[in-house]
Amino acid sequence: MAAQKSPDPVCEVVTALTLIDLCRISGSTTDWVIELVEEGILDPVGGGQSAWRFESSSITIIARVRRLQSDLRLNIPGAALVLSLADENARLKLRLMQMETDPPGAMAGSEPDR
Amino acid sequence: MDYKDYYKALGVERDATAEDIKRAYRKLVRKYHPDVNAGPDAAAAERKFKEVGEAFEVLSDPEKRAAYDQLGANWQEGQAFRPPPDWDAGFEYSGGRNPQADRDQFGDFFQDLFSQRAGFDRAARPGAQMHAPGQDHHAKIVIDLEEAYKGGSRDFTLRKPELDAEGHIVLRERAIRVTIPKGVSDGQHIRLAGQGAPGIGQGKPGDLYLEVAVTTRPGFWLEGRDVYMDLPVTPWEAALGARIGVDTPSGRVELQVPDHAQPGKKLRLKGRGIPGRPPGDLYAVVKIVIPPVETAKARQLYEEMARETRYDPRKKTGG
Repeated sequence: MAAQKSPDPVCEVVTALTLIDLCRISGSTTDWVIELVEEGILDPVGGGQSAWRFESSSITIIARVRRLQSDLRLNIPGAALVLSLADENARLKLRLMQMETDPPGAMAGSEPDR
Repeated sequence: MDYKDYYKALGVERDATAEDIKRAYRKLVRKYHPDVNAGPDAAAAERKFKEVGEAFEVLSDPEKRAAYDQLGANWQEGQAFRPPPDWDAGFEYSGGRNPQADRDQFGDFFQDLFSQRAGFDRAARPGAQMHAPGQDHHAKIVIDLEEAYKGGSRDFTLRKPELDAEGHIVLRERAIRVTIPKGVSDGQHIRLAGQGAPGIGQGKPGDLYLEVAVTTRPGFWLEGRDVYMDLPVTPWEAALGARIGVDTPSGRVELQVPDHAQPGKKLRLKGRGIPGRPPGDLYAVVKIVIPPVETAKARQLYEEMARETRYDPRKKTGG
């Protein structure tokens, strides 16, 4: 493939996507993205649709909503609920795992008396 | 290639009705869906989700189910398997029912039975869409916390399904050098301009979007740009307060543990989280570690403390 021989590609962090950018990258219609904003699934900064700027994590959120809709036949409010519960659940599980893990250097059990 | 027991994957009997199969499938999809199972169980859940999807793909389609059943009931899950010659002879197929399914992600067993030998759904498989003009591609990369702090350059191998000349799905690998910008955080995307699908004619090639996942060592965790780390302290450091040296992702710092620090107390180091505008904060979370009582002297000191302090932590709990 020619691309492999070319110089290293330019990498940039994706920031502040407009509604148009986000729709193009995620292959969505503007109406559908607006619905996600109205439901609070996406949270752009800026007032008014033309001034909206989205975090790039919105791309992933959109893909998750799509999969939830097609795999679990959820509507948008249902997907919003699942996303927030799943994220909360992940945070709690991670925290629980951290709390149940002994820090390095701690003894796993008590040593027999000497 | 190992035999796969699709009935076992869905937890149904071999004589299950189509309704039973659908019900079992829906239940398992809710349980193992990757978007419902983020966090530490994600990888295990995703594996299970794919197994369930593959099993349903076959068992929900009367034609595929009949062909699969024809292999017989004596196979065991994981047993070395080779399809008998012409096992699919005499079956009439009408093509796939569920073109959205990620068939390219199914295992060898499925591919051998239903893709390469039997000629199911050749036209409907994904991968064909990869050739649309200038399409953007998406992939995920995993970096560690140090790379998020410092940035760096590293080669990643991306795999994408493509159709070969005979219409089989092959995973094509390509190595790509990614410059990880300093301060990239979990869930952000990196754009590699022009690294998506090639354009046709005058069309510009698409871009490649890499979703960044940041992994942490045990004892560290992230919330956005804020970084949390366990701070192991001794009981006397927690009781009396102490000035201690701590290795953080951005170097060694001196930290003041206040006296009477309880487990879970957060000590904030402003601006020492993942760099950015504004940078995140670093929180050291007090975790009291009880040292083993290894010497007679240590035992004597604990006993003396027990005698002298007469502290009863259960006094107020009513337990």
